This record gives sequence, C-alpha cells and structure tokens, in this order.
Amino acid sequence: MDFDLMITSFPKLLGATVVTLKLLSASLFFGLFLGLFFAILRLNKNIFINRFAYGYSYVFRGTPLLVQIFIIYFGLGQIEYFRSTFLWVIFKEPYWCAIIAFTLNTGAYTSEILRSAFQTIKPGIIEAGKSLGISNKIIFYKIQIPIAIRQSLPAYGNEIILMMKGTSLASTVTLMDLTGVAKYIISTTFKPIEVFIVAGGIYLFMTFVIHNLIKYLEKKYSFQQ
Amino acid sequence: MEFLAFGKTGWGDELFYATLMTIAVSITAMLVGFFFALIFTPLKLSKYKTLNLVGNFYTTVIRGVPELLVIYLFFFGGSGAIMYVASIFGYYEYIEINAFITGSMAIGIISGAYSTEVFRGAIQSIDKGQFEAAKVLGINKFGQFYKIILPQMLRLAIPNLSNVWQITLKDTSLISVTGLVEIMRQSYIAAGSTRDPLFFYSFAAVLYLMLTYVSMKLINKLEVRYSRGY
Repeated sequence: MDFDLMITSFPKLLGATVVTLKLLSASLFFGLFLGLFFAILRLNKNIFINRFAYGYSYVFRGTPLLVQIFIIYFGLGQIEYFRSTFLWVIFKEPYWCAIIAFTLNTGAYTSEILRSAFQTIKPGIIEAGKSLGISNKIIFYKIQIPIAIRQSLPAYGNEIILMMKGTSLASTVTLMDLTGVAKYIISTTFKPIEVFIVAGGIYLFMTFVIHNLIKYLEKKYSFQQ
Repeated sequence: MEFLAFGKTGWGDELFYATLMTIAVSITAMLVGFFFALIFTPLKLSKYKTLNLVGNFYTTVIRGVPELLVIYLFFFGGSGAIMYVASIFGYYEYIEINAFITGSMAIGIISGAYSTEVFRGAIQSIDKGQFEAAKVLGINKFGQFYKIILPQMLRLAIPNLSNVWQITLKDTSLISVTGLVEIMRQSYIAAGSTRDPLFFYSFAAVLYLMLTYVSMKLINKLEVRYSRGY
C-alpha cells in the first residue's frame, strides 16, 4: 500500500469530481425535461406519436452508452453539411457531446419511469378533478405531474446513481472527469489498487449522498402526511 | 454496403466474429456473476452480522462505483496480482493475462453484484411456510434448497435476471478499452481505417439492438416455461 500516493492523488481526484458533478447535473437537468416530454408523447393516443416515443426509448435503452457517445462525438463530425451549421460550435466540444449523449440516454430511462408513474395514477383522482370543474390542463399540471413525480422518486433515484456511473464514460472522449484522472494516475504510477480505493471512495460517497437525498425526499413528499 | 462485404474487401466477417466475441464475453461474465452470486447471496441472507457485512460490502461497492473504473482496476492490476501470487510460489517471470479473461472477470464481478441482489430479493419473497414445510417433512438442507426453494425462486428471479443480462451485455462494450476485439473495438478499428465512424458506430448500435431484441425474446420463452402452473 502506497499511502503517500493516496494522499497526493486525493486533491487531484477531488478536482476532477467537479467535472463529473457538472456533467451529471447538466445531463439530469436536460434529461428530466426530455423524459417528461417523451413520457407525455407515450401517453398520446395517436399511434405514430406513441410509436415514435417508444422507438426512442427502445433504441437508447437497448444500446450501450459508449456507442451513443461515439456516434455523437466521432460520427456526427463526419457529415460535411453538419459542420457548416451553427450546431457545430456545440458538437465539436467533447464536453457538450458527452452532455448531449448522457441527456438522450437518461431521457429515455426517465421517460419510461415517468410513463409507468402516470399509468399508475388512479383514474378516480382525475375524475375527482374533472367533477370539481378543473380544466384538463390544470388537472395535468397540478394533479397528475406532482403525483407522478412522487411515484417515480425511488426509480428516479436509481437512475441518478446509474447516470453518475455513466458519466465515467466521458473519459473515453478525452474529458478529464474522475475516472479519466484516475486512469491517468494509474497509467503513470502503475498503482491501480490505491487509486481505485480513493476514486471508488469518492464515487461511493456520492452514491451515499444521492441515496439519502432521495430517501429524504420520499419521506417529505409521502402521501401519508 | 461494400463496407460490410465479407472477405478482404469489407468488414462483414470481422464484425461477425466481433459479435460472437461479445456474446461469448457476455455469457462468460454472466456465469462468473452467477458464481459470485452463489457465494454472496447466502452471506447476505445469513444470520450472522459479520457475514451480512461482507455481502453488503460487495454489492454496495460494486454497484456504487462506475464499471469503467472496475475494468481499469482489473486491466492494470490483474497481471500484477497474478504475478504477486506466482512470486509466492517462486515464479518471477512476467505473466500477461488474456484480455478475454480480464474482461469477463471484471464484467462478471459487476454482473454478480446485480445477480446477488436479484437472488436475495427472490428468496426473500418466497413464503416462509415453504421453508418450514420443507423442514417439517424432514427433507435435508440440500434437498430443501434444490428441490423446493430453487425452482420457486427461479420463477421470481427470471424477469429481473433478464435485466441483469441486458446490463451485462451492454457493459461488455466497455471492455473495448482493454483492446479485446468485440463489437465496439472492431467498429473503432474499422472506423479508423475507413474514416467512416458514423456508419460503423451506427452499425454497432444496430448489432447491440439485435442482440438485446433476440435475447429478450428467448428470455420471455424461458419465463413462460418457468411460470407453468401459475
């Protein structure tokens, strides 16, 4: 055990954690809206809109995240026309490519979580709203969405942890996140176990915090109150 | 389409073998995972606190740490660990472990953590009366588990194990960082040599989709088979 290495690499890894957290929060933020959007499309009666939303979630859940990042980062740059559009400013940066890939990925999982939450809402609740003369729009925004969010909290907590682990793939497109820096230190010092303990410890700590945060929210917004 | 031609002109046969490699690694990893689950599930369900702690440590650490980090640990640390063990027995030459073994061990340990959780959940959701009835009938411990608990547990575990299989299958794409030529690595090589990453990575995505689709269909059949009588 090389304790000196563990102590000296800790600040470096902690600095890289900031990149991981930035990637995570940005992709979760955008992914939540995307997920909500596609969950609403899934509930649409129109078969084409419905199928489109299902196809999106099927493709992104059925392929590895690594493929998705590679298609966006290496693949899209190949199209000549695409490089002349203003979008290229975003897509040439590995940072934004990673966020876009993560957003699309977490959006697919989130849409499934929210869809099943919407479907478990008892029809009686919606009928009660209707009989009180509340408009459909208000019922959706003020009744269905809050209930669905509460219902999906435990599953969404898991998704946050999965996504946190997913951000480690950003290191494959040259970003120096926690895993990227850990790999760099391992490959220069050849001390994999020490670095794994420190980097893994940081990841475990984040998992622990997320887990407890979700538990707290679940309790706070439970129906019993 | 000429990219996918078989033989020397295209990448068809290379990608075909790469797909077989992905399937082989996934199955090996899944079996390694079952082996780990076989050890750690009893630990998690044990009466003894220390054994529980060991079981929980395994599943918490593996499920809380990114797969890529675990793979790097095995990739950079694997041969070192083996050489250390070999040096105890007086063997000091350099030992290089095959990428297939490193990869399937790393993914297997990850998959094992998920399988352990699935088996634990399935065993816990079996009615207590079943255990008691088996004991009352004087069936020995071995028979209790293999003839009574296991068949009931499998039915409950299969839907969740199919999720574990999907996760394992997708995780194998990460082994490409160690240089094992599976779908992802082969696409990377082909994309580099033809300068057409969009085509090859999209094709890799299609291959993975096909694998997940076919395996889902097969697992559904298995599910129906094990749910006979319910």
